[in-house]
Amino acid sequence: MAEVKLLGTWPSPFYYRVVWVLKLKGIAYEFIEEDLNNKGPLLLQHNPVHKKIPVLIHSGKSICESMIILEYIQEIWPQNSLLPADPYDRAIARFWIKFAEDKVNPLAFAGFYGEEQKKAIRDSLEMLETTEEHALRDKTFFGGDKIDLVDIAFGQLSQWLQMVEDVTNVKLLDASKFPRLQRWINNFKQVPIIKENLPDYQEMFAYFKALRVMLLSSK
Amino acid sequence: MADEDVVLLDFWPSPFGMRVRIALAEKEIKYEYKEEDLRNKSDLLLKMNPIHKKIPVLIHNGKPVCESLVQVQYIDEIWPHKSPLLPTDPYQRAIARFWGDFVDKKIYDLGRKIWSTKGEEQEAAKKEFIECLKLLEGELGNKAYFGGENLGYVDVVLVPFYSWFYAYEKCGNFSIETECPKLIAWAKRCMEKDSVSKSLPDQDKIYDYVLHLKKVFGIE
Repeated sequence: MAEVKLLGTWPSPFYYRVVWVLKLKGIAYEFIEEDLNNKGPLLLQHNPVHKKIPVLIHSGKSICESMIILEYIQEIWPQNSLLPADPYDRAIARFWIKFAEDKVNPLAFAGFYGEEQKKAIRDSLEMLETTEEHALRDKTFFGGDKIDLVDIAFGQLSQWLQMVEDVTNVKLLDASKFPRLQRWINNFKQVPIIKENLPDYQEMFAYFKALRVMLLSSK
Repeated sequence: MADEDVVLLDFWPSPFGMRVRIALAEKEIKYEYKEEDLRNKSDLLLKMNPIHKKIPVLIHNGKPVCESLVQVQYIDEIWPHKSPLLPTDPYQRAIARFWGDFVDKKIYDLGRKIWSTKGEEQEAAKKEFIECLKLLEGELGNKAYFGGENLGYVDVVLVPFYSWFYAYEKCGNFSIETECPKLIAWAKRCMEKDSVSKSLPDQDKIYDYVLHLKKVFGIE
């Protein structure tokens, strides 16, 4: 019986966060795919409050909420540390992780149109500006020379954002306006573990394109 | 240890600010409390929290920490010798963080809907609010505090909302104690501690503040 199990769903970026960190730390795990239209007993048992993925099950104990899972993994398996050692630097990292949690949600953008979309565009641009100017600044990665949990938290900007831009035909991250973020996306996607563990672009595009058509036709 | 310079930019009715007051009091840390006028934010606030321009802001030796859950964890890590708030076991820490996150996601917004809406929207908010409190009662179980025998992270994150319960009850015309007696018993137990009772404003004052907000926003 595997000691570490991960309940997840392709192509959820929250599930991928946990995959990246487990692999960055070299932790073996069993992946259990959840059908979110038909939630299984394992999910309902291990995340009764939110009934959402990802859920990490470690020696039978369940941990929910992706960033909480990542702090847990970081504490249990401290090798290849993904958080600063200094408490103040750690507080700054957690501030940006919360910012990413609250503000970065490209998949939600795929469902907007009309006035809702206009507002979402303004909010997205504001988020990207703040991220470029204040969070990333001139660093290679949010974590400095190598990626850390802040990069993982912003991971959705790497592939999911572009996919949503292509599905909605709205350009949000213009490389000329956000050169540092564009460089970060290129660097992030080249990190070996990340490169090997990204959802297939075409498959994801087709899936969300169909989802958007369905959403808009039901409105 | 050299004198620590600790400043808290805050606003008296803010449950988020109260969390930090309680944490600092539990750790017996002396600090300077600065009341902000949110309609006329100080240069210091705008400089120390340029991203959100919100309180509370904890300034430690001149360096700002923002976001109340981040601040409480920071306080716990910087001053670990007294009143530890998060458990030492990583799994228990994950559980505490989960419930802290749950409170953050649900309680403030539902409470706001209770005092600022009417009719079906208010009824739906009341119902969900009580459901959330019942889930929290389940997590509390038979323990004196969420932290066990002493105040812990979840206690610090949740108890500030107790100062707002009277306002919610008056505006929503319901009794939280009737629905969730265990949670009210827990809150009263927390209020027996100086660190909590001195950090929470009087519930009548909060109710007056809510009435004032309703007037300002033109809510009946």
